[in-house]
Amino acid sequence: MAAANESDPRPRSAKFDFAAALKDAALAAAVAFGLFSLMLGLRSETGASGRLEVVSRPELLAAAVAAVFVGRLAVALIAQGRVAIDFARALPAATPAFERLRRFALPALLAFALLVPVLFYSNRYFLDLGILVLTYVMLGWGLNIVVGLAGLLDLGYVAFYAVGAYSYALLAQNFGLSFWICLPLAGILAALWGIMLGFPVLRLRGDYLAIVTLAFGEIIRIVIVNWQSFTNGPNGISGIPRPSFFGIPFDSSAAGFAARFGLEFDPTHRIVFLFYLILALALLTSFVTLRLRRLPIGRAWEALREDEIACRSLGINTTNTKLTAFAMGAMFGGFAGSFFATRQGFISPESFVFMESALVLAIVVLGGMGSQLGVVVAALVMIGGFEFFRQFEQFRMLVFGTAMVAIMVWRPRGLIATRTPSVFLQQKKIISADIIDEARE
Amino acid sequence: MNAAGEILLEARHLSMRFGGLVAVDDLSFSARRGKITAIIGPNGAGKTTVFNCITGFYQPSQGMIRIAHTDGKEFLLERLPDFRIAAQARVARTFQNIRLFAGMTALENLLVAQHNRLMLASGFTLLGVFGWPGYMHAEQAAIEKARRWLDRVGLANRADDPAGALPYGAQRRLEIARAMCADPVLLCLDEPAAGLNPREAGELNKLLAAIRAEGKTSLLLIEHHMGVVMEISDHVVVLDYGKKIAEGPPAEIRNDPKVIAAYLGVEEEEVAR
Repeated sequence: MAAANESDPRPRSAKFDFAAALKDAALAAAVAFGLFSLMLGLRSETGASGRLEVVSRPELLAAAVAAVFVGRLAVALIAQGRVAIDFARALPAATPAFERLRRFALPALLAFALLVPVLFYSNRYFLDLGILVLTYVMLGWGLNIVVGLAGLLDLGYVAFYAVGAYSYALLAQNFGLSFWICLPLAGILAALWGIMLGFPVLRLRGDYLAIVTLAFGEIIRIVIVNWQSFTNGPNGISGIPRPSFFGIPFDSSAAGFAARFGLEFDPTHRIVFLFYLILALALLTSFVTLRLRRLPIGRAWEALREDEIACRSLGINTTNTKLTAFAMGAMFGGFAGSFFATRQGFISPESFVFMESALVLAIVVLGGMGSQLGVVVAALVMIGGFEFFRQFEQFRMLVFGTAMVAIMVWRPRGLIATRTPSVFLQQKKIISADIIDEARE
Repeated sequence: MNAAGEILLEARHLSMRFGGLVAVDDLSFSARRGKITAIIGPNGAGKTTVFNCITGFYQPSQGMIRIAHTDGKEFLLERLPDFRIAAQARVARTFQNIRLFAGMTALENLLVAQHNRLMLASGFTLLGVFGWPGYMHAEQAAIEKARRWLDRVGLANRADDPAGALPYGAQRRLEIARAMCADPVLLCLDEPAAGLNPREAGELNKLLAAIRAEGKTSLLLIEHHMGVVMEISDHVVVLDYGKKIAEGPPAEIRNDPKVIAAYLGVEEEEVAR
C-alpha cells in the first residue's frame, strides 16, 4: 500500500482528469458486459411445457454493469485525488492490543467450550454446531503441523480424514472393535498413508507439492467410490456403531447410560458426550503440537519452513523431518475422521471432497500459520459464521468471500501471525509478523 | 592435538561442469588440520562451486574429496548426500548470502544446529514428549553451549531476538556460531567478511584465530577481503576460471605475478569497459 503511494508521481493538487476516469470506467463496464452477458443476462429455465427455455434478464445485467461502472469511476477518482485508502492503516493496528487479548482469550475460550453443553443443553442445534466447529478446529490444528510449522502446502488433507473415517467404519463393522481401540488404529493407518504418500512426493517443493497432494486427495476419494466390494462405493457405509460411554451404550435400556447413572433417558446425553469427546481430541492435538514445538523435531520443522538449504547444511535429514510432519498431521486427521464416522453413523465419499481440504486450509491460513489460537478463531468464524449467515442464502458466499478478501488485505499473514519462541534465555519476546514476513521476501 | 598439520581435507582432480560451462577444472588442493586455508580468486573463479562440491550441494562431475578424522575415519564427500556430510563427516558451512532461520530467535538457531544430538537424546521424540529427564539434561547442555557461543560472538544480550532482526554484521557472526554449534572438524566460510566494516572484520579475524587455536576445527575460507585473508590464513589457494593458478603461504601469494595479473587484469578490463 505504502509503495503504491510513493510510486504515484502525480502531485496532490493536480486537477481531476474526469474524462480519463470516465473512459476507464466505460472500459471496465464494457468488460463487465462481456463477462456478465452470458453469466447473468441469460439463463436456461424449465418452461411451462417442461422444455428448457432461455430466459433473458436484462435488468440484472444492467444493474451489474452499472455497479461496475460506478465502482470503477469512484476508484479512478479516488486514485486521482490521492485519497489513498490504506486498508492496513485504516483498520486498527492491532498488535499490542491483540497480544493482551490473547492472554485472556485462551482461558476464556476454553472455559466457554467446557460450559457449552451446560449452557446450551436444550439447544440441540447449537450443540451440533459446536461439535462441527470443534471438528474443524481439530482438523485445522492437525493441518497446522504440516502447513504452519513445516511449511509444506498440503491440499489433500481430506484424504487422511477419509482414511480415518473409513478405518473406523470398516474395523468397527467387520471386526466389532470398540471406538477406543479403533481410534488409535485409525490414526496409525492415516499416518501410514501419510508416509506412503510422503516418500515419493516430498522431494517436491511449494506449488508442485501442493498439486501432488491435491491429486492424492482425489485418488483416495476415487478409490473409495470405485472399490465397491470393500467400501460399498458411493452408497457409503451406514450403521456405523455409535460411541459408548466406555462400554455403556447411550440408550433407554436398563444397561444404558441413563439407567446406570440414575438419570432420565435423554438422547442429548450422547450429543454432550460427543461434544466432550471431540473437545478432548482437539485439546490433545493442540497439546501434542505445543509439546512437539519445544522438542528438536518441532524446531527442525520450523527451521525447514524458514530455510531448507540451511537445514541440510546443519546435518538435518530433511526428508525424514518432512515425513514426520506429514505423518503427524495425517494421524490427527485420522483421529478426526474416526470421530466424524462415529458421530454421523454414516459415511460416504461425498463427505471427503476437495472442498473440505480447501476449507481446512483456509482456516489455517486465515487463522495465521502456526498459530493455535488463530485456528480456533478462524474455525469459529468460518464454520460458525457460515451457519449464522445461512438466512442470507446465496449471499452468504458473497459475505464469506468479502470477509476473506478483507482479512487478506488487512492481515495478509492471517489473524494471528506472530510467533512465540520455543525457548528463551532471558525474556520471551513475541516475534512480530513483520520480521517473519521480511525474511521470506 | 598431536595430529595438527596433517592433511584433513584433500580434493583431487575435482571438476564441475554445468552443461558446457566448466566452473571448476581439474582442481587439486588440500587443507591441513588446525590451519586456516583460504581460497581466493576473482569473481566467477569457481570458489563457491568448490564449496558446494565439498558440502554436497553439488555432485562434482569428476574427482574425489576425502576428509580424514583424527580417529582414523575417512569419508569420501562426493559420495555422501549433503546432510550426511554435515552430520557424519562433520563439515559445516556458512553461506555467501546469509541463510539464518530469520523468524526464529538467535538461541533457537543455535539449537537447530545441535539437532542430531538432541534428536538422539529425545529418543527420536518418543521419550522427549514425556519429558524424559535424560532429554531435559541434554537440552540444558545444548542451551548452555548455545549461550557460550552467543557470548563468544558478542550476541548474549540478543539471544531472544529473531535472527532476522539482527544487524548485518551480527547475522554473519551468528551464522558462524550456528555452524560451530554443529561441532565441525572442518568449517567452510563463504565470504564471512563481506559487508563488514573494518572493526567488525578485525573482530572476525580474532574469532577465527581463536577457533583455530582451539585445534578442534580447521577452517576453509573464501574471502575477497585481503586484510582478512593475509592476516589469518596459513595457506592460500588461488583460483581463476576454475583452475588453480597459485598456492602457498600468504606472503608468497601476495607477490606472485600470476595472482597479481589475475586480479589486476580483471580490474583493467572493467576500467576499459
